[in-house]
Amino acid sequence: MTSVADIVVIVLLLLGAGFAVIGSWGLVRLPSTMERLHGPTKATTLGLGALLVASVIHSHARLGVWTAHELLISLFLFITAPISANMIAKVHLHRARVGTAGEPEGIAGPPPRPSGDGDWATFEAPKRDTPASTANS
Amino acid sequence: MIAVTLHVAAAGIALALLLNLWRLLRGPALGDRIVALDTMVINAIALIVLIGMIGGSDTYFEAALLLAMVGFVSTIAFCKFILRGDIVE
Repeated sequence: MTSVADIVVIVLLLLGAGFAVIGSWGLVRLPSTMERLHGPTKATTLGLGALLVASVIHSHARLGVWTAHELLISLFLFITAPISANMIAKVHLHRARVGTAGEPEGIAGPPPRPSGDGDWATFEAPKRDTPASTANS
Repeated sequence: MIAVTLHVAAAGIALALLLNLWRLLRGPALGDRIVALDTMVINAIALIVLIGMIGGSDTYFEAALLLAMVGFVSTIAFCKFILRGDIVE
């Protein structure tokens, strides 16, 4: 017998696994590094979120108690995924600027420079007299 | 029915891990390899959660939570090392 909870779990499992595969396929298929960031950081994170919700409903259907630690994982992941994506984009911008990126840019080209005479902040040295600075000596 | 779906989903995650491994070995830029490693950690978490659902055990979730934290810290450390040549300045 399949109940409503079972059907919801099945749909969420297939959705989660499908999004994980789509994200990884995008990582393989997209043409340049900055575009390859899109697949894993969004699709795969959404897929894992669906899997964790499926796990919550599954454990409720099996044990009869609501558990929240799966949601803790997904909350942590939703907070950290943009930060790591930002850091990876910084690494790529920095290596493209110093000329060691190792690959020509894709169709979209490099990201546009910010307005004014500034540049993307990827390698900002610690400033003098800031609390965390080690450049004072 | 749920058991079959769990195994299908585990097969999908395994396929995703193989695709990530291909990108990790292929490169070509260093950023690609970091993205591939980060995605492999996320997919490994998904696989651990699925194995926990298949086995019916609760201890797998602690492993998944720990892997989520360690994976994030390792990605940030890797990026910091490439950007600055140092991790803790």
